[in-house]
Amino acid sequence: MKIPMTEYLRIDLETEKWECRVCDHEIAPAEGNYKEGLLVHNRDPREIHPPILDPERYRFTFSPDPEWVRILEFCCPKCGTQVETEYAIPGHPPLWDMQVDLPALKAQWAARGTEALPDAGPAVIPGRGHSH
Amino acid sequence: MNEMTIRGKLPSAEEITLIKKFLDDTTLFLGPDPEIMQNHDIMPRTAIEDAAIAQVSDAHTVAKIRDRIQAGCDEGYEMVEQMGAAPGAKWGDVITGVYSASGDLAIASAGGVLIFSALVHHPIKFIIKNWMNDPTVGVKEGDGFIHNDSRYGNVHNTDQSMIIPIFHKGKLVCWVASTVHEGENGAIEPGGMPSMAESPSDEGLKMSPFKVVENYQIKRDILTFLQNSVREPKLQYEDMKVKLFACLRIKQRIEETLNSDGPEALMATLRLTMENVRAEVKRRISEWPDMTVRTYIIQDSTLRENCVVKINCKLTKTGDRLIFDFRGSSPEFTNRATNTIVAGLKGMLAQVFLCYVWPDLPRGQAAFAPIEVITDPHSIVNCSYDAPNSQSLMSIFTGFTAGQHAVAKFLYSCPEKFTKVHAPTFNMINTFIWGGVSQHGETLGNLCADLNGMGAGATANRDGEHALAPIFATMADIGEQELNEEEVPFLQLVSKKMTRDAIAPGKYRGGQGYTMMVATKDSEQWGFMTTAQGAKIPPIQGLFGGYACGTYPLSKVKNVDVYDVLMNQPEKFRHSIEEIMNEQPFEEASYSTHHMGMGFEISKRGELFMISQGAGAGYGDLLERDPVSVIKDIEEGLMSPEVAARLYKVVFDPKTLAIDFDATEAARAAERQARIARSVPYAEFIKGWNQPKPPAHLQYFGCWGDDVGTLYMGSADVTRRGDQPRPNYMMHPKDVRIAELEARLEAVGAMGNEKK
Ligand SMILES: [Zn+2]
Repeated sequence: MKIPMTEYLRIDLETEKWECRVCDHEIAPAEGNYKEGLLVHNRDPREIHPPILDPERYRFTFSPDPEWVRILEFCCPKCGTQVETEYAIPGHPPLWDMQVDLPALKAQWAARGTEALPDAGPAVIPGRGHSH
Repeated sequence: MNEMTIRGKLPSAEEITLIKKFLDDTTLFLGPDPEIMQNHDIMPRTAIEDAAIAQVSDAHTVAKIRDRIQAGCDEGYEMVEQMGAAPGAKWGDVITGVYSASGDLAIASAGGVLIFSALVHHPIKFIIKNWMNDPTVGVKEGDGFIHNDSRYGNVHNTDQSMIIPIFHKGKLVCWVASTVHEGENGAIEPGGMPSMAESPSDEGLKMSPFKVVENYQIKRDILTFLQNSVREPKLQYEDMKVKLFACLRIKQRIEETLNSDGPEALMATLRLTMENVRAEVKRRISEWPDMTVRTYIIQDSTLRENCVVKINCKLTKTGDRLIFDFRGSSPEFTNRATNTIVAGLKGMLAQVFLCYVWPDLPRGQAAFAPIEVITDPHSIVNCSYDAPNSQSLMSIFTGFTAGQHAVAKFLYSCPEKFTKVHAPTFNMINTFIWGGVSQHGETLGNLCADLNGMGAGATANRDGEHALAPIFATMADIGEQELNEEEVPFLQLVSKKMTRDAIAPGKYRGGQGYTMMVATKDSEQWGFMTTAQGAKIPPIQGLFGGYACGTYPLSKVKNVDVYDVLMNQPEKFRHSIEEIMNEQPFEEASYSTHHMGMGFEISKRGELFMISQGAGAGYGDLLERDPVSVIKDIEEGLMSPEVAARLYKVVFDPKTLAIDFDATEAARAAERQARIARSVPYAEFIKGWNQPKPPAHLQYFGCWGDDVGTLYMGSADVTRRGDQPRPNYMMHPKDVRIAELEARLEAVGAMGNEKK
């Protein structure tokens, strides 16, 4: 069974791996930090949040200060999909943001069964798994 | 000096009992009670409630009565919103609620600011514990209690509550309360949220819960004292009356139920509503994956100076337990106002669930009751009694965002959802607080309701909505500026126009914020302040590859009277911050930018103060965004064509905006390859990136990396243990500046022979 955990990541309960949902690339052990199987780019925040005020003249420009914060961009090494971003203080170790209890996840889905699988993921599906 | 150890005789058990009795009998001051203030769970079921439930527990009866009480709360809410004098009241920054006899919030109005009422259970419990049996106070039919001091349970002391007990045949059956963001409270700056406060004594009126109404009448002597303590005496009176009458209307609705169904039915309904919600929350949590999610949000200022203040959050779900661990967050500031009491943080976290995750649940205290929160003592999210907290919004809002960001990562895989998975909503009160003497000669101090126009985060299937609602009240309004202008001596010359390129990109982009330009017109005694963070570091995070918003500064144009310009040379005026600041169309004027913590500043006629509301976070990889949506954003003025083309890799004709879909697909494929080329494997990356300590060039507060037990206090060399409080003083920014300038004078030998 493959459980969609984020927009771009799933966990294969059989192989116990994080996988890319876009290209099926096997990323990292499911009990570990998926970021360890991704590529990272240290992005200057001014490239994403462009200065609206003239940076030559003004101290504050609508752009984050690149000496105060960076954007860590994590992408899939196979398909290049941007899986996660992290706005980080320069030098701050990236976070292990999703530390999954794999045995518990397996037990939960064993009890739930594959029938619930179509409802996992992005949408609220009216009339399914949601009753008053 | 030699260490001396002098040890006295230890007291006997009998003596200890005697000492304890003496201390209990002679309490000199009934300060905030940690037993009440640290607990957010519902009180145990009482024998009376037990008996009531034994008599009435039919689900249909309970639902019927709950709906009637809910309708009563909504009616009270409407009354306050329609009649309240405070701008906050007019735009929905109010709430009403019904509380159990033990003081728990059972049912709140459907509209309004839930966190207000979610915190009023603290003062009610204080009244029950201390005043109920005190012969000098007592709790009787017809009484009303007022309260605003957050240390006894509140967000900040600009919010005032009216609390009344409800009796049936001489027995207390429940409580009713109404809370309004009143604004003025006599603090060091007008408007009730002073960022200049360096101690609680700078924060104005600090009302512990006390009786201000007897026989349903406001006591005039006490009222006069309160009016005499604030800048808006008329508002103080008017809104106390409004809140009292709203409470009395809810009381009337409760009495109708008491008469038709009896007190047992009412008490059983209040109790079962809470117990059922609490049980349902535990059931819903158990459906989440067992996991630990980590995130942090950065505050980039104390509102007095820029610095890096971490809100650290680890959210762990195991079975049906959910634990927010905020240890590692910044130490409290001894002389800055951005601290919060922990109850405020919890109240705001409750809003994550009741506004964004489970909005179908009855609104009350029970939804957050089973969720646990851990913090360091004397930290910015659990500050001490002696720390100022008038700007607690900074910490409860960034704490909220940490919670919202973490929760989203649990929800994605849940088959059972009640809302869409949601990227963080913008979280700062980017608005103008104002005060002075109006064109009608009235002394005023309050704010523009534009704080309610926060941009929404994107969700798993659509863009965030622009300027939608504040994170503390999903059904609030941003108000009619023209109505406001009848009462205040300034105009918003540009209002509610989206700030172009202030974006939060993603597959679904965040909802954007709008520009506000204000200029004083008809008063020589009028000024503004702004109280927000996020001019250097975004105050939110993106979700699943989406980006956060950018940053938002304050811009000022001085030495100009734009009303003269508009009268005589209207063609010179520009309608965006970008054009005014970059083109500098008014000769002789001075143009400057600042962080968003502007202390109260008197303004001259026609000077411009300009800010923007912020964008909610984006969701997903921006290369997956529908090219048609990208073009629509250009057409709607949200984004310039250059920025759109550069970031989203959409290829289009610059004149017609016609999309070349094939070329777009090729450009995006190339960008994915470029990403792979410029990025490095994680293990290699952290070798160059990870540092053992915060950077030397930043004044950093909070833990660094995994070591949550060590809190940095402004430099890499000064720390405290998380569990061992230490004072944390900041220098006055002007003293910092003077020291810098003196050092420069010294360096060039220009200090003269000034004696030290
Ligand atoms: Zn992939």
